[in-house]
Amino acid sequence: MDSLDRKIINLLQKGFPLSEQPYLEVAQQLGIEEETLIERLSHLLENKTLSRFGPMYDAQKLGGAFSLVAIRVPDEDYDRVTEIVNSFREVAHNYRRDHDLNMWFVLATDSPEKIDAVNSQIEKKSGLKVYNMPKLDEYFIGLNLPV
Amino acid sequence: MDMKVKYRLPSLPPQAELDDIDQALITLMQRGLPLSPTPYADLGKKLQLDEDEVIQRIQKLDNDNVIKRLGVVVRHHELGYKANAMTVWNIPDELVSELGTCMGQFDFVTLCYRRPRRLPEWPYNLFTMIHGKDREDVLANIALLAKRCNLDEVERKVLFSTRRFKQRGAIYR
Repeated sequence: MDSLDRKIINLLQKGFPLSEQPYLEVAQQLGIEEETLIERLSHLLENKTLSRFGPMYDAQKLGGAFSLVAIRVPDEDYDRVTEIVNSFREVAHNYRRDHDLNMWFVLATDSPEKIDAVNSQIEKKSGLKVYNMPKLDEYFIGLNLPV
Repeated sequence: MDMKVKYRLPSLPPQAELDDIDQALITLMQRGLPLSPTPYADLGKKLQLDEDEVIQRIQKLDNDNVIKRLGVVVRHHELGYKANAMTVWNIPDELVSELGTCMGQFDFVTLCYRRPRRLPEWPYNLFTMIHGKDREDVLANIALLAKRCNLDEVERKVLFSTRRFKQRGAIYR
């Protein structure tokens, strides 16, 4: 990744024009050719520096639901519980964190009711208490990291 | 007198009103915008819509916050942001909105959510994701945040991730 890639990423983290020739518009802002911009973007997506280029949706507005869930898992039981939790396709990601509540995962489902259903199944299969912490309010959606 | 406080969840934000064409457009754009000089016209061709209508519909989805943002999504890890910490704060309820907004202004804060406390085990009600080049950098960012938003007196906990077991994009219908 060179300085032009960085400039492109920094600019396109802020938004993308809704116009007939948006790449041309962005390229002009950067002082480069439209074709160069498209090639660079395509390369950054191919080599997975970027995970996406397009709209980020609010899943709740589309009828979906998210929740952050934590479990206190004894060390000797961690692998077993990981396997149980990760077997659910609704689990978007799962991190081990250094706290008493040491397993943290995000559930993404197409309805709020399914969040509760998945949590009950996880409790039943693991024998451990699940701490469900859905988002109540959001103060910011950043994802705007200078690179 | 019964002093027990019942926690009530606020109702979820209303689901947006979307017609079939909006749904088709949303699904189509999930794969990303076409990398062609006229991406909106190209999306339109697939849905038999003209370019203007595509642009207007996307504009409306954006205004209604169905689309949070249009642009690139970076993989933090690949860009040198190797460390992140979920930093949680125990903030008096009446101050959450103000302090959350303050924290959300910082570039290294990528998420800032209010969530329910789970007493007695879990007193924290504001969750922030703080990024940095390494753990030291993350801790420096947290210290800066605490200073700038007057959070030094607020109980907090920094939870670094030690292993990532699964990551995939969210699935939308």
